[in-house]
Parts: sequence; C-alpha cells; structure tokens
Amino acid sequence: MILQLKNITKRYPGVVALNNVSLDVAEGEVHALVGENGAGKSTLIKSCTGAVIPSEGTVSIQGQEFPALNPKLSEELGLAVIYQEFNLVDELSVAENIFLGRAIRKSGLMIDKKAMAEKAAEIFEQFDIDIDPNALVGSLTVGYQQLVEIAKAVSQNAQILIMDEPSAPLTAAEAESLYVMVEKLKAKGVTIIYISHRMEEIFRLSDRITVLRDGQKIETLNTSDTTLDDLVKLMVGRELKETYPARKDCISDEVLLEVENLSGNGVHDISLQIKKGEVLGLAGLIGAGRTELAELLFGVKQRTAGRVVLHGREIEPKLPRAAIDCGIALVPEDRKKQGALLEVDIKGNISMAILERISKFFTVNKKEEQRIAESYRKSMRIKTPDLEQKIKNLSGGNQQKAIIAKWLATEPTLVIFDEPTRGIDVGAKSEIYALVNELVESGKAVLMISSEMEEVMGMSDRIIVLQEGRISGELDRKDFDQETIMGFAAQG
Amino acid sequence: MKNTDSTKTVGSVAASIGKQYGIFIVLLVLMIFFSIASENFLDSHNLLNVARQVSMMGIAAVGFAFVLLLGGIDLSIGSLITLVNIATAWLMVNAGWNPVLAVLVALLLSASIGFFNGWIIANLQMPPIIVTLAMMIIIEGVAYLICGGLPIYGFAKSFAVIGQGYVGPIPIPVIIMAIVMGLGMFILRKTYFGRYFYAVGGNEEAAELSGINVKRVKYLVYTLSGFFAGVAGIVMLSRTNSGQVIAGKNFEFLVLTACVLGGVSVSGGSGKISNVLGGVLVLGVLSNGLVLLDVGDYVQKVIRGSVLLIAVALDCIQHRKKA
Repeated sequence: MILQLKNITKRYPGVVALNNVSLDVAEGEVHALVGENGAGKSTLIKSCTGAVIPSEGTVSIQGQEFPALNPKLSEELGLAVIYQEFNLVDELSVAENIFLGRAIRKSGLMIDKKAMAEKAAEIFEQFDIDIDPNALVGSLTVGYQQLVEIAKAVSQNAQILIMDEPSAPLTAAEAESLYVMVEKLKAKGVTIIYISHRMEEIFRLSDRITVLRDGQKIETLNTSDTTLDDLVKLMVGRELKETYPARKDCISDEVLLEVENLSGNGVHDISLQIKKGEVLGLAGLIGAGRTELAELLFGVKQRTAGRVVLHGREIEPKLPRAAIDCGIALVPEDRKKQGALLEVDIKGNISMAILERISKFFTVNKKEEQRIAESYRKSMRIKTPDLEQKIKNLSGGNQQKAIIAKWLATEPTLVIFDEPTRGIDVGAKSEIYALVNELVESGKAVLMISSEMEEVMGMSDRIIVLQEGRISGELDRKDFDQETIMGFAAQG
Repeated sequence: MKNTDSTKTVGSVAASIGKQYGIFIVLLVLMIFFSIASENFLDSHNLLNVARQVSMMGIAAVGFAFVLLLGGIDLSIGSLITLVNIATAWLMVNAGWNPVLAVLVALLLSASIGFFNGWIIANLQMPPIIVTLAMMIIIEGVAYLICGGLPIYGFAKSFAVIGQGYVGPIPIPVIIMAIVMGLGMFILRKTYFGRYFYAVGGNEEAAELSGINVKRVKYLVYTLSGFFAGVAGIVMLSRTNSGQVIAGKNFEFLVLTACVLGGVSVSGGSGKISNVLGGVLVLGVLSNGLVLLDVGDYVQKVIRGSVLLIAVALDCIQHRKKA
C-alpha cells in the first residue's frame, strides 16, 4: 500500500467532517473518490497532504507512518495535488511555471530558459501533448493550463497524484486530453486518487472506487463489479426516483419573453420566445454566446441592436437592478465569483437582492429578512445549523440553493439559470431540477443554459442551440437527440 | 485524544474572542502599564484630554473605515483636513463670512472632493491609491495657494466652542466623535447601503449581479470619507484657533493605522466601527503615555510606524489562514 489512512477522524467545532475513515491506496492504481458535496472528500485529501491534522488516526505514505505530516513534507514524499484552482503564474511561460521555484540556472542568478523549455518539451512529448513551452500560461485555455499543472507535478517526480475534480472546468475535448494523460500516468506507474462528480469518467478511468457519505466511508468497490445505479445509491444513501423528475404540462399560450434580432456582446441577431410555464434550454459549446446572451437580457452588458419584450412591455435594462425590477433573475455560472458573498452570512446572501424592498428609511427590517430567509431555508432544504453561518461554510450544493433562494426572493417571472448544477452533487442536483419544475408549474418561465447534454435534454421543453453567437438550430422535445444538438453546436 | 480536541476548541474560542475584542485587551494592557509607569496617567483630566485628542482621528476614521471596507483607500483625507482648515479660516477672516456659513461651505467642499474621488475611481477604474494620492497633492497645493503658506487666525469667539467647549465635563469634540461613530455603526448595522459596503468590498461582481449599483456605492463611500474628514478639519481648526497648512499632515496614515489596528481588513469586506474606536484609543493612549514618560518625538514616530506594520502584518496573516 503506497498510501494508507487508518481510522481517520476529524472534528471541527460542532461538526465531524470525517468519522473513522480508513482507506488503502495500492501502488499504480487509479482510485476514485466519490460522494456528495460535504461528504468529506476535501478533508480527506487535506489529511493526506498534512494540510489538516486529523483529530484521530494515522496516515502512512510508502509504508511509513507520519504523525506530524505537513504539505511540504508530503510533497517531498512524492505526493502532489492538482487543485481546482491552479497554482500557475499567468505572466510566465509554460516552462518557467513548470520549474517555478526550481529554475534551472546557467550560473549565479541567470536562469537557463532554453534548458527549461527543452525539459518541458520532453515531458510533454512523453504524454503526446501539444503545448509550446515558451507560450505564456495566461494565453492557454483552462484545459491546457491543467495539463501544465499536471506536467509540473510529473517534473517533481510525483508518485501519488491527487486530482480534485479535474474535469469540472473543462470542455468535452479538453477532458478527453485529460483522460489520456491520466491513462499514461497510470501506465508509468503513478498512483492517482481521482475525485469527480462525473460518473462516466470514473467508470472509464478508475480501478477502484471509494464512496464517502456524511464523513463516513461507505464502501470501496472494484470498478469492474459496479454499476452506475449501485454507485449513485451508495453515494446518496437513498434511491433517486428518477434523475429528471416529471412535471405537469404547464406551458401556456401566453408569451412571456420575446427577443427580436438581438445583437451585441458577441451574439448576433438572436430571436426567440419563451412562454409562461416553459423551460427553454440553451445549448452550445463553451464560447458560443450563451452566457453572453444572458448578460444582455440581464442588463450586465448592453445590446447594439434588437428588441426585448417582457410581459408585452419593451425593456432595455442598463444595469442588473433594472432587469431585476422587470422580473428577471440570473443564477450565474460561477458560484463563488459571481454568486456568493462568501464572507457574508446565509441570511445576508439570501436577502441581498431585496434589501431595498424590505427597508424603510434606509433601515433594513431584520424581522422580515429573517422570516424570508427562514422560509427559503425550509422550502429549499438548505442544510445549515443556522442562518448566521457564513455561506462559505456550506457545501457547494447548499451554497447554490442559497443563491437560488436569493433570486427567488426577488419574485421573478423569468429565471435564467447558467450552469445551475455545475460541480454540485447528485442529491442537490435533483432538488434543483424539482425546483425548476415548481417554477414553471407556477407560471414562471425558465431559460436554462447548460453544457451537460443530458441535463439540457432532460429538463427543457425546447432547446435552442447557439454556435458562434448565432442561433444554429431549434428542437422540440420530441426531436431531442444528442447527435443532432452536437451537430448544430459544432457545424460551420 | 479527546482532551486535545476540547483544548483545541477552547483555543479556537479564545482565538475568536481575541480577534473580536483583541484591540480592547491591548488597550487595557497599555492603560495598566501607563498607570503604573506614570502617576498622572489615570487622572480623569488626563483621560478626558486623551479622548479630546483622539476625537478628530475618530471622526475621520469612520469614513476611512468605510473606504477600507470597500477594498479601497483614501490618502487624500489629511490634505482635505488641511484644506478645510485653511478654507474655513480664510472665509471667516479674509472674506468675513459668518462662521456657520463658512463651516457649511467647507463641509460641502470636502464632501464634493470625496465624491469626485469616488467618481474617478468608479468610472475610470483607476486604483484608489493613485487617485487619492494625486488628490492629496493637489489639495495640499490649493491650500498653500489660498493662504500663501501663512497661518490664518483671529476667529469669532463663538467658533471656538466646537473644539474647546464642554458639555458638563465632556469636551464637545468627544461628543461629536461619539455622534459620528454612532452614525457609522448605524449605517453599517442597520441600513441597506451599509450592507452594500460589505458586499461590494467582499465580491464586487456578485454585488453588481445582485442588483447593487456598485458605482453609486463608491460615490457614497468616498463622499462620506471626504465629509467626515471635513468635520475633523473643522474640529481641529476650532481647537487650534488658527488655520495651518500643516494641520492634516500625515493624518491619513494615523487614521489608517487606527482602522487597521481596529481590525478593518485592508483587503476589504470586513471590519467593525466599535473596534475602530479601540484602534483610535490605543493610538491616543500610546501617544499620551509616551509623552507622560518623556519619550521623545522621534522615538514616538518609530513606535507609531512599527504599530502600523504589525497591525497590517496581523491582518495579512489572518487572511492567509483563511485561504
């Protein structure tokens, strides 16, 4: 066993993050770690690296026990972590990043750029990756940046590589290069601990899977003996009836939003309609202009041409506030950067968009605020001991629920969801789907942007596909088909 | 094992108490030290004197804390104090205005300059440190231009009340500071725009997407910073009874030190007025105590600079822990 955790328990004030978890990782295997958000995966990784010292239990690396592990020591022992946020310097070249802090020197203070570039090129060659070692990291796409990060770990002779949801920010094509790299690393005998919410890749890459739930290890399975259904059941601890809950046919004849020839912010000549009670899906590749269209509708960016009619009234919001006042809500793509005020409590996050409405003489009516926040906590089942917790202490799924609550509190008639379930666990996902159903069943309209094909097909009544800022196709539910949609998204 | 865990909990509770009230513990320790080292320190007359001395710093610190909450900085407040000082004195003495009118115009002027700072920062997206540094130099120049570098004095007796008067035993500047601080607490705790300060300072993009008019919040905060600096300038003028071009020299750094000592994060998004008061009092007690102990001016400078450095270092360490 190259890495062995024995009876790890980690307590925080009021919370047990890990409860008596043991884990054996065999040399050379790809070991997947799955579980809902808040199941304890991050704490477990941090225990391996020494970033967190367990309250009880031991960590052994290469058969040796380390009671006082710290991140520096674990790195020296050959353990590297690829986090979701990269440790790369945008303004330096790929090669300089790979050798950051360990620059190859000519003599004295001069660094040898050429030698570093050659070494970097060697590493890339081993993995069949086409990256220019002299390119600036900031000029690379997220997918390539991640490969650079992995190459950096390889150059440090990492024996154990922990990857924390590496595919989450990637496009399908980028993810494919990632999988290839993982497979090659494995062939070279590197041990990999792979954390992911994406089931397909877990089944494709891993040898064994360990399921965590509520801080406890549920089971370690051989991937080849496991089915998707079994795995989901173990993760959630209950059977999900169906991933996409059925909803009543609630589409009315009344048009809620009408967009005519809208252009600007990278989209061109967009015309579409959404009826009351309808979920319109917006599909397309990354950069196709889906988020950009949402920004135009929500007043974040300004149009150059076209008309937008909501409830039969023409609108042209110059700021999000104006859009909110018209009855539009936008649940943004990036939960941490655009959605949450991490240092503010849950209550304050939920009330953020309606503070002026619940104020009199500039003074916030705190009772009303508490009442509204409490009602959403109950109806959306936000798991938290109290509403005064900072939102950063919640798991991803619960953060997302609190942010959606913020938007529902504005009592919108049109809700735009931009990647509503990115990076959140299966259980919270189906709750969000159920919520979308409730919204349309109560006569609101939903515009749903999603890069997950299954999700957009499962949830939408109709799908519009964007490609390079233009509408390239439109499908009714009966015609939904993954290949057709991909065809529209990629044509041209 | 369980034991270490519970001591850890006790430790973390102690740490959080330390973080919340640490500045008052420092204040207490300082006061105990000075009362032992100097018999005059605990004298009620001396303590009231300390309160009066820090009142201008306390008044300006409220606006400055708002700016820091927003993730900005306002280096122009020292020069603003000077300008208000000179302009009010000039209006009263050279132009012969009624003191009330002169004060109102000076406050309007300082608030407008603050607004202008905010407008540039919000609309041209320039770094606040550069905008307000430039403004600091400009305003100082204007103050020199008005008076030619010479002091202006000879005000009406009634004007002296603001800086030198008492209500019972309490100096009026202290009362003004209490009102301004109370107002600051009210804004941050009770009003919606006070919440916006935290929101914009914590995550500007999320704030904007939540329907907050970020530009307007910036205008407001820098206007308030200018306005409170103006109030501090008036109090100072009345207390010294003469308009001086060095009135507000380096005041911005003193106020910055007080705010950071009081736990307002220089990276924005967190801070409380009550603790800022703690920071203000620590600086006041420190400088008063050192004078009582006959510590020279130069040594005091070294100590004040070190205090700023340590306070910012502690703030940064806090931040690193969070990350």
